[in-house]
Amino acid sequence: MSFTLEQSPTTGDEVISNYTINFGPQHPAAHGVLRMVLELDGELIERVDCHVGLLHRGTEKLIEHKTYLQALPYFDRLDYCSPLGMEHSYVLAVEKLLNVEVPIRAQYLRVLFAELTRICNHMLNMGSHVMDVGAMTPNLWLFEIREDCLNFFERASGARMHSAWFRPGGVHQDVPQDLLDDIDAWLDTRLKPLFEDAMSLVVDNRIFKQRNVDIALVSKEDALAWGFSGPMIRAAGIPWDLRKSQPYDVYDRMDFEIPVGTRSDCYDRFMVRVEEVRQSARIIRQCIAEMPSGPIASDDRKVAPPKRAEMKSSMESLIHHFKLYTEGFHVPAGEVYVATESPKGEFGVYLVSDGSNKPYRCKIRPTAFSHLQAMDFMCKGHMLPDATAILGAIDVVFGECDR
Amino acid sequence: MTVLHSAPRMAPNDGVIDAVTQTLGGKLLAAREEHGEIILTVARDQIGTCLAALRDTHEYQQLMEIAGADYPSRAERFDVVYMLLSVTRNHRLIVKVTASESTPVPTVTHLWPNAGWLEREVFDLYGVIFEGNTDLRRILTDYGFEGHPFRKDFPLTGYVELRYSEEDKRVVYEPVKLAQDLRQFDFMSPWEGADYVLPGDEKATPTTAAPTPKATESKAQTGAGDKANEKAADKASTGAPAVEPIAKADPAPPEKTDSRPKKGDKA
Repeated sequence: MSFTLEQSPTTGDEVISNYTINFGPQHPAAHGVLRMVLELDGELIERVDCHVGLLHRGTEKLIEHKTYLQALPYFDRLDYCSPLGMEHSYVLAVEKLLNVEVPIRAQYLRVLFAELTRICNHMLNMGSHVMDVGAMTPNLWLFEIREDCLNFFERASGARMHSAWFRPGGVHQDVPQDLLDDIDAWLDTRLKPLFEDAMSLVVDNRIFKQRNVDIALVSKEDALAWGFSGPMIRAAGIPWDLRKSQPYDVYDRMDFEIPVGTRSDCYDRFMVRVEEVRQSARIIRQCIAEMPSGPIASDDRKVAPPKRAEMKSSMESLIHHFKLYTEGFHVPAGEVYVATESPKGEFGVYLVSDGSNKPYRCKIRPTAFSHLQAMDFMCKGHMLPDATAILGAIDVVFGECDR
Repeated sequence: MTVLHSAPRMAPNDGVIDAVTQTLGGKLLAAREEHGEIILTVARDQIGTCLAALRDTHEYQQLMEIAGADYPSRAERFDVVYMLLSVTRNHRLIVKVTASESTPVPTVTHLWPNAGWLEREVFDLYGVIFEGNTDLRRILTDYGFEGHPFRKDFPLTGYVELRYSEEDKRVVYEPVKLAQDLRQFDFMSPWEGADYVLPGDEKATPTTAAPTPKATESKAQTGAGDKANEKAADKASTGAPAVEPIAKADPAPPEKTDSRPKKGDKA
């Protein structure tokens, strides 16, 4: 922080020229290790220089040294608030190169858990957003829902966060009917009352509106030019959702609506997420009602391993099992770019295969990169405390941004 | 090929290549469709005008991603890959240019402002220069990092590691020291793809045997030099030294040890 004090030539008052402060990398409202160099004119933000990369772990390079299956758990660790959303893009990219058919039950399970992940992610984001602008209670209530979601993940995959449950060709293990029944009941008994209670404190709250309405307006043209996606582009009034426009798995069978903002401010971004949670609950309900029984992974033994019981009795299954967990499967040469609607926006994977058992190049398209880059023009002219509201509405997680 | 996978389904690719070829003309070097993706390769110095044409006449409004890729065996080793998205036509395109360390790629920041960071990332990780990008700083790697880590010839472990030094009271950089070698398992089947000799396999190949077996028949063949040969001649061994028998006493039973105190013995 640097001050330059001088005398004003006319009034003789002290004049303070622009000064810069560091916001982060350790700051509770920075949502991780974000360092923003803010150039301030008094309390008005003139320029924002975001420094990212403090959590860069070289995931893409590591993936180049792993087989396709070993690379999968790295995706959980990108956006650790919505791990299954990250896995979804990757498994679809591998499946697109392999052109492998996924059983219909596996597709339903993936959609179900992707939506549960969306709820889980939005709980964290909305909770921290309201906390960034001064409210404490909703965050605690929303964390209850998040905890429930994590318990469901644990019951499905054995892990609360880093599930590694979506696999090329399907999902790792089937879920018991109990779990589906419990999720169905949970939507009414827990999610609805907790969520609506928390939202009743927030959405019409005067302070919350004062902090968010008309903050960081982004026009439709700007949203397109800056590569916005997800709730950020929908809040700008563009009805663009990859689940609708480029459906994957069984999203084309689902009946749900896309909330769209009208003013494109931070409040709209928040409200788009609120409505998305309700729509996700609708999708989950449909998934549970319509889900057929059947296999949960491809029966192509060159991609998906056989069942363990089968492996114990059949020599051929044993060989397949061994080869898949040591050498892994080979993916035909080629390159694809597959993007799905992760809770934060378009999460893409550009996968280049050279025909071997390891990806030649795996470029991950984080959602946060283009949103965070727009911080500069979104913050311009706003007050310093608005920066936290804008950042909260972007929904940024640095595991994913820095990779 | 019938589509079996359940990856995102967008508008069909029919006719897209023809329409794009018409617009781009000679700037388009190659166009192909594989795995359901349309991949265009354009001339490097024309990337700006090509992407502007795709944005303005073909409605590819969004630049979602710029990816780098390294193919060290090629003369121009890098690919710079632009992912375009049309929200009105619901379609995606992949546009590529090739580059080397010394051939800068024109920037597209004037078309899409978000290209700035994306180009910075490719520069940081691969060392591709983007001409006209006014803010080509490193973005993901550490302040003061050297090298371009995603190149294929950059080791996975890197060159430096850092730790907090208690003596210096700051973080210090040191050359990487690994307690054990980085394990690079290659489980590729030896029948397909593996290009190394498995341990033991060298015995099976007869060509590895030396054409004439090597033997040392005279002292001159030891290779130790004349001096050593002469010395060897005057110091011939007279046989093994006589072995003196080691005097051994008759084995007697060891003395009884009784460390346990006897009953009533108060020490």
